[in-house]
Amino acid sequence: MSDRIFASICIALAVLMGWGATIIEESFIQDPLGPKAFPLVIALVLAACGVAMFLRPDEDPVWPHRRKQIQLLWTIGAMILYVQFLPVVGFLVATAIGAGFLSWQLGASVKQACWGGFSISVCIYVVFKLILGLSLARGPFGF
Amino acid sequence: MDTLNALAQGFSVALTWQNLGLALLGCFLGTIIGALPGLGPSNGVAILIPLVFSIGLPATPALILLTSVYYGAMYGGRISSILLNIPGDEPAMMTTLDGFPMAQKGYPGEALAISGIASFVGAFFATWGLVLLAPQLVEVALLFGPAEYFALFTLAFATLGGLSSKNQAKAAVAAAIGLGIALIGVDGQTGVPRFTFDNMHFYDGIDFLVAIVGLFAVSEVLVFVENHGTGQGADGAKTVKLGRITPPWSMLKQTSGAMGRGTLLGFIAGVLPGAGASLGSFIAYSLEKKVSNKDDTFGKGDPRGVAAPEAGNNAAAGGALVPMLALGVPGSGTTAVLLAMLLTLDITPGPLLFTKNPDVVWGLVAALFIGNAMLLAMNIPMVGLFVRLLTIPAKYLMPGVAMISFVGIYGISGSTFDLMVMIGFGVLGWALRKLEVPLVPVILGLLLGAQMEKNLRRAMTISDGEISALVASPLAIGLWCAAIIGFVLPILVGRYLRYKAN
Repeated sequence: MSDRIFASICIALAVLMGWGATIIEESFIQDPLGPKAFPLVIALVLAACGVAMFLRPDEDPVWPHRRKQIQLLWTIGAMILYVQFLPVVGFLVATAIGAGFLSWQLGASVKQACWGGFSISVCIYVVFKLILGLSLARGPFGF
Repeated sequence: MDTLNALAQGFSVALTWQNLGLALLGCFLGTIIGALPGLGPSNGVAILIPLVFSIGLPATPALILLTSVYYGAMYGGRISSILLNIPGDEPAMMTTLDGFPMAQKGYPGEALAISGIASFVGAFFATWGLVLLAPQLVEVALLFGPAEYFALFTLAFATLGGLSSKNQAKAAVAAAIGLGIALIGVDGQTGVPRFTFDNMHFYDGIDFLVAIVGLFAVSEVLVFVENHGTGQGADGAKTVKLGRITPPWSMLKQTSGAMGRGTLLGFIAGVLPGAGASLGSFIAYSLEKKVSNKDDTFGKGDPRGVAAPEAGNNAAAGGALVPMLALGVPGSGTTAVLLAMLLTLDITPGPLLFTKNPDVVWGLVAALFIGNAMLLAMNIPMVGLFVRLLTIPAKYLMPGVAMISFVGIYGISGSTFDLMVMIGFGVLGWALRKLEVPLVPVILGLLLGAQMEKNLRRAMTISDGEISALVASPLAIGLWCAAIIGFVLPILVGRYLRYKAN
């Protein structure tokens, strides 16, 4: 079933790609093949593979059960929030919280996660910013 | 003779204090990356490229650092295979078969030492193979026109799936996804925007580093979160008593044949397109079992079963560099990542690299020799230290990995948009891994897409739109035939094996 859904997505994507390719505006500079041909070929390959997967799907993978799904969504959400807050609060704070949250997700206790997040953040800051001179996100406090 | 002179030149490039230091650092980091469960050579090198790039190292030192990491990871993968029965990376899978039983029988130190020496032998001779074979391949590659290059790229995609996936359709889908993503941005030939959705950020395309780090590193974090607490994957390990860390002479003598055969097979597997180190260690182990398993000792801790796959996977790692450097077409996941690194440094691999930037090529080869010797010296006495590093629990390791990935990508562009795209690729990578769609063709498609289209359109411009120009030369016809066979054969073999199994 999973494979069939994936195959359908691929076919839909291929159709969209094919349509997207036909509306590419041609330029006055022109080569015999033009900018449309290669995308069309790839859309065709994608569609053909989609059909093949739909007709002969593999066995379903083991999808995570409900609690894990929520945990995964939390993790992805945390990463997105981390990225959004990076320029706002600066590298050290954002990373300490982000890394701490991730390690809590991976089974650390709250106290361990706090320490873990803090040390990961400081270690990266010292190694990459102070020693190697990489530019990290600066917050309002300058770190 | 020319080759040897060039190699001597290369050593003069590599033998500066800075480059030696970088090689040492790379070997050390690489061994750690290979040893830690869940961090293989591909993701390790992928995370490091943006960092090296942002630090602003020049091309040759950067290349030396990252290839040392690559070789180091090949060494490191065996440590967790032997001690914990968890392969640190995919090629190390075969080493678990005899390495872990050997450790269980009370010879963990000997198993590690034998595998370290086998790794050295494999990598050493494979580097010589690279020295001798790559210039020959360059001669052939100079005959390639755009039509032949297009056929060669098709061959790379067709064969890549055959061995890395059970389902050819899925491998092809992966390639199509990668090629499709590579289309995003302004068309190089005519300057019209394609698939940009009128978003400014998409005009210069998706940076392949963002995609690679997302697909490999971020998806790995998600896999860890998913598997955490279910008993799969390592949550840190207990310290193991190593015992003696030098192998007895008789064991070396016993395994020398296995190392030799493993090296040869591994190297061939590495050079062939689409095979890479996993296949190298697989066939090396399988053949060794056929040849030497007279007393049914394999799988129960036979040192030859440790030596053969380790020699095989390290030889394949060297062999895989041959097509990558000479043709610009990588044969495996990690060499695809190395190609990404070269492209980031504005070096286009291929036949012209050998004439235009000989210092890069031969400096790299010399670095491989030096790194290999360092790795042997480092791995035999210091193996205890690496073993202790295995005890870092995943709950601290994976957040660290995730954050370093973010730092690297942010360091290149300073844009949070790229970071969001990277998370998107992480989710995509996780879903594709669940569906058993291989990730390597996606990467390869992303890297080679622009080149492939450029060569196709160049060929068409030369022939004035005549499609038959693609199959005009015998060389092109040969490449097309190889591509078709490479794509169809695994399907037929798979059917035959299933038929036999029933």
